[in-house]
Amino acid sequence: MKTHKIKFKLNGETVLAEVKPNEVLIDFLRYKLGVKSPKIGCDRGDCGTCTVIMNGKTVRSCLVLAVEADGSEIITVEGANKNKITQKLQKKLHEKNAFQCGFCAPGMILSATELLTENPKPTKEEIKEAISGNLCRCTGYEPIVQAIEETAKRENGE
Amino acid sequence: MPIIAEYEYLKVKSMEEALKIKSEYGNKAKVIAGGTDLIPLLKENYIRPEILIDLKGLKEIYEIKIKNNFIRIGAGVTFADIIKSKTIKKYFPILWEASMTVASVGVRNRATVAGNICSAVPCADSAGPLLVYNADLIVVSEKGERKIKIEDWFTGPKKTSLNEDEILLFIDIPILKNKNAGCYLKLSRYEGEDLAQGSLTILKTGEEYKIAFGSLGPTPKRAYKTEEYLKGKKINDNVVSHVQKIIVDEISPITDIRATKEYREHMAKVMIKRGIEKTISRYYNGKPKYGEGMIE
Repeated sequence: MKTHKIKFKLNGETVLAEVKPNEVLIDFLRYKLGVKSPKIGCDRGDCGTCTVIMNGKTVRSCLVLAVEADGSEIITVEGANKNKITQKLQKKLHEKNAFQCGFCAPGMILSATELLTENPKPTKEEIKEAISGNLCRCTGYEPIVQAIEETAKRENGE
Repeated sequence: MPIIAEYEYLKVKSMEEALKIKSEYGNKAKVIAGGTDLIPLLKENYIRPEILIDLKGLKEIYEIKIKNNFIRIGAGVTFADIIKSKTIKKYFPILWEASMTVASVGVRNRATVAGNICSAVPCADSAGPLLVYNADLIVVSEKGERKIKIEDWFTGPKKTSLNEDEILLFIDIPILKNKNAGCYLKLSRYEGEDLAQGSLTILKTGEEYKIAFGSLGPTPKRAYKTEEYLKGKKINDNVVSHVQKIIVDEISPITDIRATKEYREHMAKVMIKRGIEKTISRYYNGKPKYGEGMIE
């Protein structure tokens, strides 16, 4: 099995690495690069806790090969903090005490960031749809949805 | 979960390069686009390819283009692309509606329509709409190009009529000239991730109906007997209750992890009734809008 040299941007910084074709992106990020915000949950694309933003779109990093990241731009929560929308969202989530264990938080935050970037005035239904692939087993989604709603309102100066 | 299988990876720069490897390796070469179905299979060690051919470097696979009398969807078009496409929403709203029900945003951003039908699971969400719209599948190999009708595509659970040396390149859907409406109904436990326990697609053009079902038999399939019966009929309660009998004969559901055979049969009756109602309402009144009130 031939290894491949890959080059991509992770949270704004260039990463050069050599990976095997059977390495999965989530494992590569966590164990080789030490980026621990994306979590391993179901490991088959159902739970959303491994979500990262790849070229502006959320993807399941458990369903992407590390070698596929070549040439891409990847953002995890560690880097999303630079984004104003994400900052406001995080503040709101904090105010609402929206997470207990926090395992789903990185995925939730990135999914909501993608939503608010593409659609600054989402309806409640659109918010629920956007995070429907991110499972939370603690707080029952309500405070999370509220935090996203209020972030959108503040963004729009309402 | 690490992938145990060891294989080579090649991001091809041309279709010729991909086809050359396909003809050399056959089924030992797997094509990867979105990877949302392929990577779980690799993790489960269900498939052990010798090489992965990544098509994502090819520009020609990303088009959604209006040709003369059909619309061409490339093998790299994701469900997120379909949902964003005004062309698809205008011409093939049922495919648009079905795409909205596929898993969740993070999966739809990678998963492709072509990959969905190549995986050929009985619950493939795009299968029903492609069946009622009579899509043609353009597959290529080193020997050349051939066209496969969607109704000849699914040959068994996870099996298609694609040969070992072929790659699905385009999905061509003929543009309907006459007024039409329809719906995609998906029965599942919750929105967001679930695979269909049963699905029903209906397309009405004039007095004709095209109906397809998913997860209610070994492959997604058209319900020809039901269609034949409905042709030219004025819909009333008697017609609907007769249709409910026919549809149960046409499907062959099994009991599995998601639902029992009996439940699926019962829900097929419920879905056909609601589907016809919704289709007629959309045909004459334009309501409910596509994407709204999938299943109440």
